[in-house]
Amino acid sequence: MQNQDFKHNSKLAQILAQLREQIKQKYSFMEVCGTHTVSILKNGFRDYFKNKIDFLSGPGCPVCVTAQRDIDKIVCLAKQNVIIATFGDMIKVPGTKSSLEKEQAKGADVKIIYNPLQCIDLARKYKDKKIVFIGIGFETTAPVIAALVQDAYQKNIRNLFILPLLKTIPQAINFLLQSPKVNINGFLLPGHVSVIIGENPYKFINSKYQLACAIAGFEPLDIALAIKSLLSQIKDGNPKIDNVYRRVVKKEGNPKAKVLIFKTFQKCDTYWRGLGIIPHSGLKLLDKYADFDADKNFSLEFEIEEKATGCICGDILAGIKSPLDCKLFGTKCTPDNPIGPCMVSIEGACSAFYKYGLTSINK
Amino acid sequence: MCLGIPFKIEKIEGNSAIGSVSGIKREIDIRILDDVNINDYVLVHAGFAIQKVDEFEAKETLDILREYAKSGF
Repeated sequence: MQNQDFKHNSKLAQILAQLREQIKQKYSFMEVCGTHTVSILKNGFRDYFKNKIDFLSGPGCPVCVTAQRDIDKIVCLAKQNVIIATFGDMIKVPGTKSSLEKEQAKGADVKIIYNPLQCIDLARKYKDKKIVFIGIGFETTAPVIAALVQDAYQKNIRNLFILPLLKTIPQAINFLLQSPKVNINGFLLPGHVSVIIGENPYKFINSKYQLACAIAGFEPLDIALAIKSLLSQIKDGNPKIDNVYRRVVKKEGNPKAKVLIFKTFQKCDTYWRGLGIIPHSGLKLLDKYADFDADKNFSLEFEIEEKATGCICGDILAGIKSPLDCKLFGTKCTPDNPIGPCMVSIEGACSAFYKYGLTSINK
Repeated sequence: MCLGIPFKIEKIEGNSAIGSVSGIKREIDIRILDDVNINDYVLVHAGFAIQKVDEFEAKETLDILREYAKSGF
């Protein structure tokens, strides 16, 4: 159920009522980050601003945008008598024929970790095995994975490998905005990606597309401030990158984290589920760290066959369609039996819509 | 997946710190932050402190909201 907790906070309720009152036409705002999607649904903002603001979920859930072919690659690795170390979100995501969870049931060794540095302990504990860490994430997670690579290099760990699947957000936003199908009036920019990259990498959204942007936190207060900022930028005709999450996001981001990322990775083109190949939107290991690159140290041969399931996750991730437009949503595709990645991840749009009771009935 | 949780730093040894939130203690890597001190609040993602929480700005956000609530937009 949705909370609408803000209704119990009289000041916030008053602010939101003023905001809702001032909206005279319908706007489409994209929340790029999956954690924002959950917060907007959980706190009832979507219902509260019904017919005033359309909240579009963007490509900001790393699990959801991991390509089916990359899941197939992970499954292929899991069959090779290795230990797969992964964040928990990944294990249920279906590839073409299998998932990590299914491989685990068949005997594959899959360990869920919280901190990538746990892989160093695994590599030391299981000296006779190869450990493969599934390196998914955006800029928030990139410095953490970079730290793992640096530690493994310095400690000369020889049985640890990283499958680099890191992606970067500004390039994906730029790609989305080039599509004529996308209709967006403003962006709630991802708070914790911005902790690392700061404000500047988003400037093109103002200069090239004249769209309003607010870097937002995840509490109801933060979302309210972001909506207020977007509305006033539109009203004034003055789009900018307004940072309303200044308690953790600095203009320059986190310089040490950025140095660590670029000491470890280089930009590459990469494939996003639903969006295709986006130039310079991925991070791959520098040649210096080739010995740790799972892509270069394992035989990864499998057929790429993208199975047609009727799932519309691709269009949902691009902000073109809503989970409610999908004929599988809530019937054939549920959190217990997910068909697409947006239903698998707890931060996927479909999973959040399902959890907070949004069905086509209250569309 | 980009979840960040604020922890209060209780102990520091080199690049490693112990932080707590709601009674839960965790080891936190602080290598990508400068000048972390005991009692600081840090935002933690996947075991790493990725930024200090600026208490002045946190208070400022609340003050702005209080102000709006009084005067309107």
